[in-house]
Amino acid sequence: MQSSAIDSQVTIGYEEKAEFHHHGHPDHRMFGLVLFLIAESMIFFGLFSAYMIYYATVPEWPMGDIELELLLPGINSVILISSSFVMHKGQSCIRNNDVKGLQLWFTITAIMGAIFLGGQLYEYAHTGFGLTDNLFTSCFYVLTGFHGLHVTAGLLFILAVLWRSRKEGHYSASKHFGVEASELYWHFVDVIWIILFVLVYLLPLQ
Amino acid sequence: MATNTVSEKPQHKQRKLIDYFTFNTDHKVIGIQYLVTSFLFYFIGGAFAEVVRTELATPDPDIVSPELYNQLFTLHGTIMIFLWIVPAGAAFANYLIPLMIGAEDMAFPRLNAVAFWMAPPGGVLLLGSFLVGAPQSGWTSYPPLSLMTGKWGEEFWILSLLLLGTSSILGAINFATTILKMRIKDMDLYSMPLFCWAMLATSALILLSTPVLAGALILLSFDLIAGTSFFNPTGGGDPVVYQHLFWFYSHPAVYIMILPFFGVISEVIPVHSRKPIFGYRAIAYSSLAITFLGLIVWAHHMFTSGTPGWLRMFFMATTMLIAVPTGIKIFSWCATMWGGKIELNTPMLFAMGFVSSFLIGGFTRGMISFLPFDIYVHDTYFIVGHFHYVLFGGSALALFSGFYHWYPKMTGKNYHEGLGQLHFILTFIGLNITFMPMHQLGLMGMNRRVALYDVEFQPLNLLSTAGAYVMAVSTIPFIINVIWSLAKGTQAERNPWRALTLEWQTASPPIIENFEEEPILWSGPYDYGVDDEEQEEESVADMLADVSAK
Repeated sequence: MQSSAIDSQVTIGYEEKAEFHHHGHPDHRMFGLVLFLIAESMIFFGLFSAYMIYYATVPEWPMGDIELELLLPGINSVILISSSFVMHKGQSCIRNNDVKGLQLWFTITAIMGAIFLGGQLYEYAHTGFGLTDNLFTSCFYVLTGFHGLHVTAGLLFILAVLWRSRKEGHYSASKHFGVEASELYWHFVDVIWIILFVLVYLLPLQ
Repeated sequence: MATNTVSEKPQHKQRKLIDYFTFNTDHKVIGIQYLVTSFLFYFIGGAFAEVVRTELATPDPDIVSPELYNQLFTLHGTIMIFLWIVPAGAAFANYLIPLMIGAEDMAFPRLNAVAFWMAPPGGVLLLGSFLVGAPQSGWTSYPPLSLMTGKWGEEFWILSLLLLGTSSILGAINFATTILKMRIKDMDLYSMPLFCWAMLATSALILLSTPVLAGALILLSFDLIAGTSFFNPTGGGDPVVYQHLFWFYSHPAVYIMILPFFGVISEVIPVHSRKPIFGYRAIAYSSLAITFLGLIVWAHHMFTSGTPGWLRMFFMATTMLIAVPTGIKIFSWCATMWGGKIELNTPMLFAMGFVSSFLIGGFTRGMISFLPFDIYVHDTYFIVGHFHYVLFGGSALALFSGFYHWYPKMTGKNYHEGLGQLHFILTFIGLNITFMPMHQLGLMGMNRRVALYDVEFQPLNLLSTAGAYVMAVSTIPFIINVIWSLAKGTQAERNPWRALTLEWQTASPPIIENFEEEPILWSGPYDYGVDDEEQEEESVADMLADVSAK
């Protein structure tokens, strides 16, 4: 029959190098994670859209006498974005079977993530406005807070990888899905922060 | 985070009853769990609808209090959408996708079980809202109304939807990965059954739209609990923003509720017409077109929400455009039946009932996509009639069609044909008596979601209520059929319909891990009545032509 003659689909990307788990089918977890992150980004898309409608329709933005401090969040942004590069060094290490290197770079990443979160909490304590003061302050806390939750999740993810890496041979050059997944997630959180920073901190400056 | 641990290897070849009540990773168990759960909620949501219709038999709010009436129609809508139709689609997807593509299980079996086990708590939470005063603002929960009618009932509703939405997203990740990555070697995208195409399109819609609803509900939650005013006009917020976010999900949700059942119909009709499906690629691509267009029509629900004129024009145009891919499907199904050896058994009757009632829903859709007309009938019973033709006449009839079609495969027992046909006749008559008069009522000006109405509307409302009772009666042969056939039905063959898709090539019910050995694809999914000899002659002729060309 015609259908059986058709060539099978070309397998692409990570499938070729992926390890096999459960019943010997290729590992599709990375593909699943990408789909999950698409869904995640749509939540932020929804929240950002709401923010943009407010920005476009409310005459004065930010409302009231609110002025955002830029220095601390600016430093925070630099820390978070550079942590992505630091983390990538870790993945390069594990590709060469260097577990010690992985642990070193991931520990630094975790510390940078923790500094970011600490900085955010410090900022919350010193903004001088509350969640319910007006529409802008609500947007500010909910958007940065929701992102902060994602940073926290990413941080826990990294710590889990570090914990598991203590076991001999858990991660190796050919088998390190956890490392790749946590890194992809961390990059995702980073990209969201860049958009958020532009929308919440820079856009109201105009 | 997923790990490399090997999941439990089944020790025995058939499932025990207890497996269906536990955290089980077998996609067939999960499929049945979804199906049974969704039908439990169908009866609950149906009972609510019967009370609502009973109340509407008289113009005065005399049977239930107006508050209870509001709670009942709110929960009726929410349950039927989020706990019946959507999980029922997930039920078929879970049960059928791995079987249809020759896989042992889904790509992520444990994630699959997690997704299912989010649904029952979601349902319990929703029904539990009665304890704190159930939500009264309809399944749309528009603020500011939803901020004014009982804080905790509304919050229960939000949490329930967040759970059900997460369940739906996790399911969609599984469906898409399984369809794209787990097909047997010889099956390319164009030789997989159309149900898989439909689920691929559905999964894409779920992944792109459901999270936006989650965003809206998070903000609504803040308004309710923390006192922010994202959507509260008294605090400077904008309720229309909620409507945009809500409909960005909830219009695609209409397609999330119908696309899987389009897929079911594309399976049922060729089998029982003994003909190849007409326009395989057209049907497959039209599903993707619906996914794309479905994402850019949402504001047609907001023609009366102060939406600016140019935006209304845009959404009117895209809404009209979406009739094209839907029409392609309808015509393809009719062309498939045309000249076929149609067997008028229960699945086929439900399928034909689906095509005709969905068409009525499609016609009224054409009417209300037209802006001047929509402004006139917005928020009237015309809309209620329209979407019940789409969702009951459409999704539900196709759901029953698929239910009877795969009942022998899922249970290993044959259902009772006579009871099945009685179920169809009562359902079909009941639905038309219930929902057809609603169009007239809407045109006369009867508002939806109000227990009290003008005396002049009573005769048609009585008719509609009578139809609702017929539909209630129609569930009796259904329940008897399911239980009686399970207990006393004759043993089903491997392939009672002589169908060609892979799920029929294994035992009924399928063994654990589905196939004794990896199935071989020896024909396309719909090659009914294709003459093998003729094929051979054709290919020989082709070869000769090739030779002479050289």
